Order: sequence, then C-alpha cells, then structure tokens
Amino acid sequence: MGKENSSLILSTSPHIKSRESVRNIMISVIITLLPAVVFSIYQFGIHVLIMYLVSIATCLVSEWVAVRLRKRPFSLYDGSAIITGMLLVMVLPPKFPIYGVILGAVVSIVIGKQIFGGLGYNIFNPALIGRAFLAATYPVFISSWATPRLVFDGITAATPLAGMKFDGIMTPYSAMFFGRIGGSIGETSAVLLIIGAIYLIIKKYIKWRIPLSIFVTVAVLGEIFHLINPSKYPDPLFHLLAGGLMIGALYMATDMVTSPITNRGCIFFGVGIGCLVVVIRLLGGLPEGVMYAILFMNAFVPLINRGTKPRIFGTGEAHEH
Amino acid sequence: MNLFTFKGGVHPPYRKEHAKDSQIEIAAVPDQLVVPLVQHIGAPCAPAVEAGGTVKEGQVIGQSDAFVSAPIHAPVSGKVKRIERALHPLGQKVLSVFIEPDGADEKEYLKPLGDTIDQLSSDDMKKRVMEAGIVGLGGATFPSHVKFSPPKDKPIEVLIINGCECEPYLTADYRLMLEKPGDIILGAQMIGKILGAKEIVVAVEDNKPDAFKKFKESDAGKGIRYVLTHTKYPQGGEKMLIKAVLKREVPSGGLPMDVGVVVSNVGTALAVCEAVRDGKPLIDRVLTITGNGIKKPGNYIAKIGTPVSSIIEQSGGTVGTIGKLIVGGPMMGIAQSSYDVPVIKGTSGILLLQDEKYMKEGHLPCIKCSFCVQVCPTQLLPSRLSILAEAEKWELMEQFGVDDCIECGSCSYVCPSKRPIVQLIKTAKLKVRDIKARENK
Repeated sequence: MGKENSSLILSTSPHIKSRESVRNIMISVIITLLPAVVFSIYQFGIHVLIMYLVSIATCLVSEWVAVRLRKRPFSLYDGSAIITGMLLVMVLPPKFPIYGVILGAVVSIVIGKQIFGGLGYNIFNPALIGRAFLAATYPVFISSWATPRLVFDGITAATPLAGMKFDGIMTPYSAMFFGRIGGSIGETSAVLLIIGAIYLIIKKYIKWRIPLSIFVTVAVLGEIFHLINPSKYPDPLFHLLAGGLMIGALYMATDMVTSPITNRGCIFFGVGIGCLVVVIRLLGGLPEGVMYAILFMNAFVPLINRGTKPRIFGTGEAHEH
Repeated sequence: MNLFTFKGGVHPPYRKEHAKDSQIEIAAVPDQLVVPLVQHIGAPCAPAVEAGGTVKEGQVIGQSDAFVSAPIHAPVSGKVKRIERALHPLGQKVLSVFIEPDGADEKEYLKPLGDTIDQLSSDDMKKRVMEAGIVGLGGATFPSHVKFSPPKDKPIEVLIINGCECEPYLTADYRLMLEKPGDIILGAQMIGKILGAKEIVVAVEDNKPDAFKKFKESDAGKGIRYVLTHTKYPQGGEKMLIKAVLKREVPSGGLPMDVGVVVSNVGTALAVCEAVRDGKPLIDRVLTITGNGIKKPGNYIAKIGTPVSSIIEQSGGTVGTIGKLIVGGPMMGIAQSSYDVPVIKGTSGILLLQDEKYMKEGHLPCIKCSFCVQVCPTQLLPSRLSILAEAEKWELMEQFGVDDCIECGSCSYVCPSKRPIVQLIKTAKLKVRDIKARENK
C-alpha cells in the first residue's frame, strides 16, 4: 500500500459519535432562557441588565480562577458558568445590589460547583447555592420587590405569593401567566419559560419526568389544601403559576448534573420537590419554598439513583414466561 | 404498528447507500494469503501442514481436538511458504499459515450430502458443520456445531435467522439476502432440522423491505415465518432480537438456548447450505468494503486470509487522509494499526473513515444527562458504571450488572461528554473476571 500505517487512529469502538455535545446542550439552555431574560430586562430596567452582565462575568472569572488553582484544563467553553450566571440573577429580586450579585456569583461557582470537583461533580444546583447564600446574608434585600413596567392594574402586593400569604390577596391568573406581576427577575413570565422548556424537552435536554411530576404533585396537594379550606389556601393553578415554581421546575430541578439519572428516580425527585414546595408555601414561615425544596432534594439524588436502578434485561420476574 | 422491537437503542446514520447497490463481486486472489489459526472463540488450532508443502483448496490446514473449536481450511491451492506469527484483526499476533496460490485451482472439498431436507440426517449435517469449520459469521465467530448441540434439557423451539444487519455502513448480509435468498432458506431449514426446532423465523430490519420481499418470493410454502423488525441499533444483537421477535428475555448470564432459541446469521445459514449441499468448507465469506475513505465501496466474496490492502486496491484505493481502518462495523468493529491484516471468518466489513477531528478529541466529565441510561438495551446505568470504573470500584460494578453489558456501544455513541463508556466497561469486565478467578482459586 505504501501508506504510513502509524497514522491510523486506534481508539476503541464505537467509531462514530452522535452530534450531541455538552456545549450544544448548554448553548441550547442559554438560548431558551433568553426570552425570559429579555422580558425581565424590559420589565425591571437597566439595573437588571447590569446584574446579568456582572453575574455572568463574575461566574466566568470565578470558574477560570478556580480551575487554574485546581490545575485542571480550562473548560469555559462548555458554557455552564454562563447558565449559572443567568439563573442566579433570574432568581434574585430586581433591585438587588451589584456587590451582592458578585458575591452570589462567586459562591455559586466556587462553593456550589468547583469545590465538588467542577462540572459534573457538584451535588447542588450552583445558582441556588448562590441564592441561598444571599438569602441568608441579605435577608432584607432578598425580599425587597419592585413594580414591573407591565403590571396588572390594581395589584398592590409585592408578589402573588406574598399577597396570598400575608394579605390574603389573590392575583389573576392571566397576569401570572404572562408575567404582569412582581417577583424575582426571571421567574415572572410563566409563558416564556414554558416555551423555552418545550424546546428543551423536544431536544431531550430536559428530563421531562421531573417538571411533570413536580407539577402534578403541586397541583394534587394544592387541591387537597384548597378543598380543606378554600378561603385560606389557593387553588392548584395559583400554585403552578406563582413564584419560582416554573423556573424552578423547568430550569433548576432539571439541571442534568444535580438530578437523578434514572427515569423512576426523576419521578421520586419531582414528587419530593412538589411536596416540599406546597408544605413550605402553605405551612412554613416563608412565602416561597422552591429553592429550598430543590436544594433539599438535590442532596438525595445519589440515594434516589441507587434506589431506582432499572431492572436489568434478563433479571427479575420479567424473563420468566 | 411494528411491534418487533426492544427497549433502548440508538439511530445512528446508517449510511448503507455507499455499498447497498453494489452486487457481490469475487475479490481477486492476492499473491499471498495469511490464514490465522485463531478464527473463532474457543481453542486455537494447531497447524496441520508444514512449511514448504503444498495444499489443495479446502484441505484442512489447522485443527484442534477441543470440542469448542473449528478446523481451518486452505482457501486456495498453493504452496505453504511459512507458518509464523502475524498480525490478527483482534490486535495481537497469532500463528498463521502463509500460502502462495499456484492458480491450479485444485480442490479437496468434502462429499456433498445433497439438498433434500427430508433425506438429510441431523447428525450428518451437524458433523458436516463441524468439519466445514463453520462459525457464527455475524461477527461472534462461535463454532456453529457447538451452538447446534444444546444439552438435552434445553430443547430448541425456535431458530431465528438474523438478517437485521443493524451495524451502520455494512451491506454484506443485505446483498446476500437479495442475491441468494434460496440458499439462505435452505441453510435455515438444515439448521432447523439439526436443532429439531419447531419454528424457523427469519428477521429482517424494516429498512430492507426488498430483502424481506425476496425471501417471501423464494419461500414457496416452506413454513418459515418472516418478520420485519424495527430499524434500530443493536436490533441484530441476539438478546435484543429474541426479545423483539418472541418477547422472551435471555436470562442474565444465560444463553439463547435457555429460552429455547438459537440465533444464526444469514451468512452462517448460507455457509451451512454450501457445506451440506456442495461439501464446501468455510474458505471465503461475503464482506462489505465501505466508508468515505474508499473510492468504490462494494461487496465482495473474499478468500479467508486475503489482506485487507488487497481488497482496498481492488476497490480503487483510498480517498483522502484515512483516520481509521476498521474491521467490522462502526459501532462494534475494531480499529486496525495496519492495512496488512487478513480477512478472517468473522470479518463482516472493512470500513475506511477519513480523518476527522472528533476521532482525537478528549472527553469531559459525566454531566448525568442520562442519555446513556435511556439508550442502554440491557437497562444498565452506563454512566454510573463508567464512573465506578474510573474509581476502580470493580466489586460495586458487579452489583451494577457490568457483566450484563453486551458492549454495543450505544452509550458511548450518545454521550455528549464523549466519554469512552463502553471501553471503560470492557476493561472493568476483564478486571471483575480476574478478581473472580482469583477468589475461586
């Protein structure tokens, strides 16, 4: 043949690979978040835009420094730090101070992710670690709301959940669905979050069982409470549209790294989150519980995975015939 | 509508169009054949000829007394130049017989037994399968006479003839089904009789409807059932095929015969037919040469021992910079270090892929996307297994069912982090086996 044989590559099968890549997944998530991000900038103004830019920049720099210190190959291109930066701002109130954003972003990346070993190894959702830290550090700022540009007439409550919990005011569903309400920066428009998530579900970048089981659990539990005392407890639709449930169920509970890998596990995980959300909202001291519900269930993911191993082909009862 | 399928699996680009329409041609006999004495799973053969001697086509040149083994025959008449170790497609060097063809075409075949099923005895045919050196031609190369000798307490109800050819690119089985459906059916009936099977099922993936049609046309009331299975990799894996066709699951650690089934490839059926009817030992096979790195992809009937380079030459040579030379298909085939490796009984394809960036790319950590979990046809947790393998937790891997992995590579195929999952699992399996062997001592 006269060919230089040493040029042949000797890696093992399979010799063809799908086009999926971590980077494509991350970019898709970023793109599907953009409608909600743009809407939030319109609703709450230039300060929010600055928050996004500062948060993303801080996440990227923190990632770079942490990876350098850990002497690992640099992986900014995977895009995961950008998602963390975006999500962190999306779950903060609109007037949150910039220095707080910087602090939250550093904590998200360093404590939330790099300490565990970086991409793929973290147990908790990094953005929620950042937010939890800020909630503990700045309890006043974290519950200081702003009135958005587009708002349903006559709403006086800061957020639908606060209105429900502390003042007994109910916000109309249409306002909640389209986002003409107060709340954290990126959580207010259910419709924009749902549109983005549908794309991700079609691409299979979201484990659909997680949001579905969260929604069903919240709806069922919400209905039970509502039936017991309709004047005190809101109906299920309110629960689904209010607060951080949409962004939490669609974009944070579904974070690949911190959710179960088994199909049954995803359902347990979602049911757990749904129960905790309703319990915290209705029986706890806080108006909203999505963040703690997800973080709490994140901790159980290894256990859930272990407990929900699928039946291996040719084992158990199914092979008897 | 199509219910003949299994859970999991992937849909890689099939790329069968390269070689699909090329009729099977006879590959030129090269100046020298290198016939390895290891061409099957089981005991290797010892040489039955000496360097310097002459052989006739079909003469036994390698043999073993072990039951799980298959004799090896001279693919051509000629002179035995030497017997020494040479590179084998599996990567190591094995004892091989170098034959220089003399062009005399002298044959020493076995005695034809006829082609009337009713007049053929099961024992004669089984003996013939053994004498002819037939092994599973789908790639597993397990000696067929062993497979056709199930223990008395495991009667075989169903023989499935596997015409799925689920590996992308490969079209050898497809061409065989189009060009020799009658011989395949006859071979299937012979195997069916050897096994005493009550039913014979021929399974073809539904991306080959013309092959399916050809079978039905050639059948003429022989009582064989033909099924079209869903086109999905690894549909041709025998466990998946049995599940799809019969809804039976081969138990973990078991064999198809544990559920009363034997699966044979269409190529094997043809080889059985030729051995019984014509007395022809297994000295050649049909294979596909394909990929974007070959000028004229095609299908050839090649003598065992033909160097890959000779078939490449006959196909117009390579195109562009070749990144990988693969013996077998792209999902489970083996990358080669040399163009000199010979065609062996298990060689279903020669795949030449042009150099592309992805072949040399590294991998990222597992991001728990669970794509691999969704596609694993045996419902393992491949990502978990790969992480355990990196941590060298062999015993835990056993609990996670590492031995049930069929090494189809679907997990590595879909992994967005490009992790070598199946490679890690293969390595781990060997480790687990080692540990078990040591414990049993």
